[in-house]
Amino acid sequence: MKGGVSEFFAMGGYALYVWGSFGATALLMIAEPLLVRQRRKAALQRISRLVRIKSEQQS
Amino acid sequence: MFSAFRIIVARDLLLAMRRRSDVLTTLFFFVIVVSLFPLGIGPELNTLRLIAPGVFWVAALLASMLALEKLFFVDYQDGSLEQMLLAPQPLSVLVLGKVLAHWLVTGLPLVLLSPLLGLQYDLSTATIAVMMFTLLIGTPALSLIGAIGAALTLGIRGGGVLVSLLVLPLYIPVLIFGAGAVEAEASGLGGAGHLSMLGAILLLSALAAPLATAAALRISAE
Amino acid sequence: MSGRLSFYRFSSPAAFYPLAGAIGKVSALIAVVLLAIGLYMSFFVAPTDYKQGEGYRIIFIHVPSAWMSMFIYLVMAFWAGIGLVFNTRLSSMMAQALAPTGAIMTFIALWTGAFWGKPMWGAWWVWDARLTSELILFFLYIGFIALQGSIDDTRRADRAGAVLLLVGVVNIPIIYFSVKWWNTLHQGATVSVTEGSSMSTIMLQAMLIMTFAFWAYSVAVAMYRVRSIILEREKDTRWVSELPEVRR
Repeated sequence: MKGGVSEFFAMGGYALYVWGSFGATALLMIAEPLLVRQRRKAALQRISRLVRIKSEQQS
Repeated sequence: MFSAFRIIVARDLLLAMRRRSDVLTTLFFFVIVVSLFPLGIGPELNTLRLIAPGVFWVAALLASMLALEKLFFVDYQDGSLEQMLLAPQPLSVLVLGKVLAHWLVTGLPLVLLSPLLGLQYDLSTATIAVMMFTLLIGTPALSLIGAIGAALTLGIRGGGVLVSLLVLPLYIPVLIFGAGAVEAEASGLGGAGHLSMLGAILLLSALAAPLATAAALRISAE
Repeated sequence: MSGRLSFYRFSSPAAFYPLAGAIGKVSALIAVVLLAIGLYMSFFVAPTDYKQGEGYRIIFIHVPSAWMSMFIYLVMAFWAGIGLVFNTRLSSMMAQALAPTGAIMTFIALWTGAFWGKPMWGAWWVWDARLTSELILFFLYIGFIALQGSIDDTRRADRAGAVLLLVGVVNIPIIYFSVKWWNTLHQGATVSVTEGSSMSTIMLQAMLIMTFAFWAYSVAVAMYRVRSIILEREKDTRWVSELPEVRR
């Protein structure tokens, strides 16, 4: 880490391979939790709609 | 138990004879796929000889996979599958009978026709003999393993494509040892090791696959 | 006896739902902390490899994801087997929740393998025994997900998926062995990277920390996903409609 930021990102000539790997992994590991959260939101929305329909039917 | 097995085989063979076009479709699919490769790759005989084991085995894999759809579907539709589930004989024995009959009408013709196609690829007599032998002990294993997939996808929409996704990865060892034996024989190394592995796979799948298929059938038909 | 009872208590989705949330939260925290430590170690602490330069740093995600991809499949098969034998719905939901994460781990292992292979072996893809087996494992994951997705009846989907997983687990050693055999017969020059470059302790430590980070990540994501699956399947029950997070 003596050579500064640009040398760090150059990765001794392996920049494409190292950042290609780490970048794709980071992308997937950010995208997956987001998808999971979306799934949860959709499920909760559906349930609250069901609950509303039921309460309307009762009243 | 054995009589039930025999009756199932005889019944399925009889049914297959009544609709011969199904049998021929699988066979011609195999023939066409094998004949397509020279058209795509070029008529160079040296190349063809080199790729022949792989081509034959992949074509056999695909043909056997395509035929799977019919394995349980007719029985499932007309309700005779439910009778089999209720039968006092163990379901796995009946499954074994069905798979054997299925192989006799879809697998065996392909094995018998392969020497003729081998000539198209300029294979030597010895290589053709080994290839026939590998197909003879390999394709029953394909039918046995494929039966699990056919049972799991029974009656599902788009089951035909799904079955290929489930079954093809499981076919890989058979492909490797089947094509490998032919290749080893053709290059003079001798394919005995491959052949014994192929035999072991056949034995293992004959023991284990009917049990898994029976379990899958019970799940799918309930 | 009370221990057994409490275990059975959590096999009910209603009881497991809050527990899964708690486990998910803790594992997510562990994952973030370990990832930070692991990334710091793999970039700033671990020394440059004398043979492969900086390119070897891919190992810190490649090996953990490859290990997780296999481990998750085994865990899925375990839950599927439990679900099949004891007829517990929750274990099947666990298997279903793990599948996408397992597939992603397999994909990461393949992707990073390609990005490592290019500078080291000179090709993006080499038909190496391990890479090929990993590819087949990916197909097995996709097959399981596709089968579950195309069966509408959840009970049938659970049980059919379980049979497929168990068949897959029996087959994995056979597939691995056959691919290895095939590979040794076909390979001219060996392309092994593990030989020659011995791993230093600090590299091993960084790799283990990253492995635990990936493990904690997988647990966290699977727990959050199983909560959604529980909600989807139990949407008509009373306890779900009384959850605080459901807006009325």
